[in-house]
Amino acid sequence: MNSRIFLAIVAVRCRMLLQYRAAALAGFGTQLFWGFIKVMVFVAFYASAVSEPPMTFAQVLVYIWLGQALLALLPWNVDKEIAEQIRSGGVAYELLRPVGLYGFWFARTLAFRLAPTLLRMVPMLAFTYFMLPWVGLAEWALPPPASSAAGGFFLLSALATLLLSTAVTMILHISLMWTISGEGFNRMMPGVVPLLSGLIIPLPLFPDWLQGVLFWQPFRGLADVPFRIYSGHIPASEAVLEIGMQLGWSALLIGMGVALLTRARRRLVVQGG
Amino acid sequence: MAEVSTQGLSRIPDTGPGPLALYGRFVSQSIRATLQYRLSFVLMALGYFVTSGVEALGVWALFDRFGMLGRWSLAEVALLYGMVNVAFPISEALARGFDIFGQEFVKTGNFDRVLLRPRSTVLQLAGHEFQIHRIGRLLQGLIVLGIAMWLLPVEWTVWRLALMAFTILSGVVFFYALFIFQAALSFWTVESLEIMNTLTYGGVETAQYPLAIYQPGFRRFFTFVVPLGCISYFPAVAILGIEDPLGSTLWMQVAAPLAGYLFFAVSLVAWRFGIRHYTSTGS
Repeated sequence: MNSRIFLAIVAVRCRMLLQYRAAALAGFGTQLFWGFIKVMVFVAFYASAVSEPPMTFAQVLVYIWLGQALLALLPWNVDKEIAEQIRSGGVAYELLRPVGLYGFWFARTLAFRLAPTLLRMVPMLAFTYFMLPWVGLAEWALPPPASSAAGGFFLLSALATLLLSTAVTMILHISLMWTISGEGFNRMMPGVVPLLSGLIIPLPLFPDWLQGVLFWQPFRGLADVPFRIYSGHIPASEAVLEIGMQLGWSALLIGMGVALLTRARRRLVVQGG
Repeated sequence: MAEVSTQGLSRIPDTGPGPLALYGRFVSQSIRATLQYRLSFVLMALGYFVTSGVEALGVWALFDRFGMLGRWSLAEVALLYGMVNVAFPISEALARGFDIFGQEFVKTGNFDRVLLRPRSTVLQLAGHEFQIHRIGRLLQGLIVLGIAMWLLPVEWTVWRLALMAFTILSGVVFFYALFIFQAALSFWTVESLEIMNTLTYGGVETAQYPLAIYQPGFRRFFTFVVPLGCISYFPAVAILGIEDPLGSTLWMQVAAPLAGYLFFAVSLVAWRFGIRHYTSTGS
């Protein structure tokens, strides 16, 4: 598939998904509340820390608020329309299209991840960056990037996150061709993804003996890497390497997705009469 | 779009099983239906066990890193965490009809049918579905609660255990009331509001930590408006037998769970009020 078609699909899907503004606004309220609970819990933990934690409180604030802002980017669910096509047999029509199936679905999935994130990210960043200091909660507000380089690398890393998240979501989609109703490991994703990406608690705060395992897994690139680049916890000098790892994992998972889809197509039985 | 009136329905002679027997039948039907898809049920329960269990891992990791949360130890927080994670899934399993009320009854107009039947709406919705897979979270809560009881340097006397059971029961009632409020609200909003999740799921998240660590305004809200602290924090302090940093007396701590029942009564009033304002969405 050429890039013009790819971008056209992304743009069309995004335009459609950007209609769901009320849902995004409701989500904003919920996530703000969640963020406040987390902030208060960390305030209490940091107040009683006996030894120096491996992250400053400001770095945790970045982690919490960026986590709330970019929550929709995480690959914990599937596009219901694609799932329905697989379940109903509509996937046969998809195979008739003059574009490769992986590329076509990848473009749709990219939009499925990007559009809701854009809708939720803007109010969350604006509120936590500008409004919180204004209402007297400056010590809870989202701090600015550690440096302009950190800010720039954060944007690049966030784009790599989008790619990685789409690649993981694609594997979830393709796995539906085996399980149809989306059971099995798709049900584990809402637990595994937040834990291993750092959304439950920032990865550097996990016990030191777990750090090695946490480093060598792809989900880290979904939250931990961009957030720590922003806060300077990962210095700008290492950012390029980290973004490279995000892209490497993306390439690996895309390769896996393509291979799985090829196998799935060979054994595909279209339901219906 | 006609206003649906429930007046007159009470005159239909009431034969057949009583409310409790009928409710029992609803539940057993629902369980049997779920168990037709046994693998699916096991995977759903397991998924729920994992997705809620990662929260417990997070709490453990934070204590491993920081040692203490103010004056609170891991075992003390585990008691709070365990009690609320036992109560909530029971409510969730029982109150599904209210949880999905907006999308599946108001938006579709299906509530008209519920109103036409000669039984109370609360009974019908309570019996709508019994979500047995919530056992995944219940199991997780029980494990954490067991660990807390094992770790705590507290003698497990009969009255402590009784207070714990009373607290958990009150918690079930409290969360059930939240689901009824959410359903009552959807008489106006049609769709269930995601913002209500801040009180249900957010309430669980909040109650997993001692109320004393939160900001005063937040604390007051969750004591006097939505009495979440009354079914978790205050009785837990009594069970632990410690001095409450918030200054409550033992008498208050033991009586606090009663607020859960009061909250339930208020939710039923809100429900009645909502029904009177119900306008069908039509076909």
